[in-house]
Amino acid sequence: MDITYYITLSLALFTIGIVGVLIRRNAILIFMCIELMLNAVNLLLVAFSKMHTANMATVAKDSATFASDAQIFVFFIMIVAAAEVSVGLAIIVMLYRNIHSIDVNFLNRLKN
Amino acid sequence: MNLVWLIPVLPLIGFIINGAGRNFLSKTVAGFLGSAVILVSFVISILVFWQVKNGLSGTVHLFDFIHINTLHLGFDFKIDALSSLFLLIITGVGFLIHVYSVAYMHDEPQKDFARYFSYLNLFVFMMLLLVLGNNFVIMFIGWEGVGLCSYLLIGYWFKNTEFTNAANKAFNMNRIGDFAFLLAVFWIVLRVGSLDFNIVFSQETLSKFSVTDITGITLLLLVGATGKSAQIPLYTWLPDAMAGPTPVSALIHAATMVTAGIYLIARSNALFSLAPFTQSVITIVGLATALLAASIAIRQNDIKKVLAYSTVSQLGFMFIALGTGYYVAAVFHVLTHAFFKALLFLGSGSVIHAMGGEQDIRKMGGLHKHMKITSITFLIGCLAISGIPGLSGFFSKDEILAGVFGSNKIFYGLALFAALLTAFYMFRLYFITFTGKFRGTSEQQHHLHESPWLMTLPLITLAVLSVIGGYIGVPEVLGGHHELAQFLSPVVPHENFHLSHSTEYILMALSTLLVIASILFAWFKFKNYQGEGDAKGFGKILRNKWYVDELYDAIVVQPLMALSAFLDGIAEKKGIDGTVNGVGKLVNYASRQARLLQSGQVGAYVLLMVLGMILLFVIQLFV
Repeated sequence: MDITYYITLSLALFTIGIVGVLIRRNAILIFMCIELMLNAVNLLLVAFSKMHTANMATVAKDSATFASDAQIFVFFIMIVAAAEVSVGLAIIVMLYRNIHSIDVNFLNRLKN
Repeated sequence: MNLVWLIPVLPLIGFIINGAGRNFLSKTVAGFLGSAVILVSFVISILVFWQVKNGLSGTVHLFDFIHINTLHLGFDFKIDALSSLFLLIITGVGFLIHVYSVAYMHDEPQKDFARYFSYLNLFVFMMLLLVLGNNFVIMFIGWEGVGLCSYLLIGYWFKNTEFTNAANKAFNMNRIGDFAFLLAVFWIVLRVGSLDFNIVFSQETLSKFSVTDITGITLLLLVGATGKSAQIPLYTWLPDAMAGPTPVSALIHAATMVTAGIYLIARSNALFSLAPFTQSVITIVGLATALLAASIAIRQNDIKKVLAYSTVSQLGFMFIALGTGYYVAAVFHVLTHAFFKALLFLGSGSVIHAMGGEQDIRKMGGLHKHMKITSITFLIGCLAISGIPGLSGFFSKDEILAGVFGSNKIFYGLALFAALLTAFYMFRLYFITFTGKFRGTSEQQHHLHESPWLMTLPLITLAVLSVIGGYIGVPEVLGGHHELAQFLSPVVPHENFHLSHSTEYILMALSTLLVIASILFAWFKFKNYQGEGDAKGFGKILRNKWYVDELYDAIVVQPLMALSAFLDGIAEKKGIDGTVNGVGKLVNYASRQARLLQSGQVGAYVLLMVLGMILLFVIQLFV
């Protein structure tokens, strides 16, 4: 399958994520959009990894199994994302307790 | 000879003690100490002079002073006829003036009194260094030092702005001359590699100089001498220097410091004799100064200003003698001038003292009745400076005039005219001040008194010296042997007069008759002086000193002020300050604008971050 489709899909997901982060004010939704961006990247990594493995197989058959580094990275990213979600959600909970809202536009107390 | 180092060191000790202890030394102690150190120096100077007279001259090495590469400069003193003679003048006249000062400055506060004496001692120290130095560097130290002391003493009453301005003027004008002197010294180092008088003036060295070198060096030295000795074009500081206390005017601005230029040229006569161009420049400068200053003196009404211009004029005479090669005559005139000009200045100080600080001769008159000693000694000074036969001025001035006659008849006529002007303005001063009716206030008249003995004693001593001082240089034509010329002959070549005896007799008779005529003219004009209205025409030009100060102001001071104003207003404030402040203002402004980006809105930050990333991508892809 052509790599272009994966790239396009990933790009679309990433753009949706960015636009979501930019236009949404709800902290949880922003969080979800960030997850979307991370996963768009993950998708891209997996896609490139598969492509790379296929290419390497045609060049050097005996080393066809090694090119899965990117997929391992994906796992790392997932773990980091999970950790991030746990911290982030905790922050959002504290945010709600303090200002009784999860609208990020109220998060400007440091300014004054 | 072994004690020579004590001569300058004693005044230095006096300076240090008086200067350091000025807050607690009583007036008596300060005055006594200041005078005593000079007296001891004077006694040693006499001993040194005696030894030199018996043929014991030479160089005294004190310690190594500067040692750079091939240039060795020792702190050496040169003891010979010329320097020992100057030692006598400086310490002798200096001592009398110190004594006089004790009485003259008695009304000063105790602190200033000691300060005054410390300056005076420092001056004597510097002057002695100048005269004793055996190389140009030691001489230069003294040269600068006397300029400094002159500045300090002119500005002694430093709370008066006018006086401090006069002090600044004197210092700056001297500095111009000093700079030229320094250039000459550098030039000599470049060509000779040494500054020792014994080496620079040796035949071997002199033969190596090219004409350009020697003319350049001597011209620069001449500029230095015109600064110190108040000759055209650098003379205008001397009349203003009268702002200082009168004894200072007598010591520094009449008897000693201003003769430093003459000493320099007489000391370097070996160089100057090889530079005929410079010699003619010296003659013309001296002649022009003598005439100009004498003409100004005719119309001055400040007793000290008249004497100041008289000093400038007499220094001009000395320059004429130097220019025509009669170094002995110049040194002779330095000696006699030191006596009678110090006498006249101290006499004027006595008058000012009696008048309670008044210096305007229009408000004096008839003082002879009230202060006989001052009046008579002043008269002796006037007779001596005018050149009445028998008094010291006659011998020295006549020698100069005879020398000029031998070299150039026109110059002789002009110099003789200046001598007549001298007699005229001195007796104008005398008659206006001491004869006729008193024109001051009745309060001043009541206050008139003869000065205390501490002041009259130096006057009498100097008057005696003014009378007999000339007999050390009686020319052969009058049956003398010119002892001074013989004494100075190892250092200064004595040009023999090429005039026949009958010519000399005629010249003497001519100048004497004319001088007496001009004195009589002054007598008829000023015996019943009643004051005068505003001067008109030529007299006004003379009263305003030929507008030389205004001319200098227009061509030097004003452009300099304009340049300073430009540098201050445009270059400094707009240029440098503008740049420095501009950078600060720019940063301030830019940061105030950039601050607006910190809106506190998370969305805005994210947007900026995304835009930045897009920008980076674009750069990555297309650039």
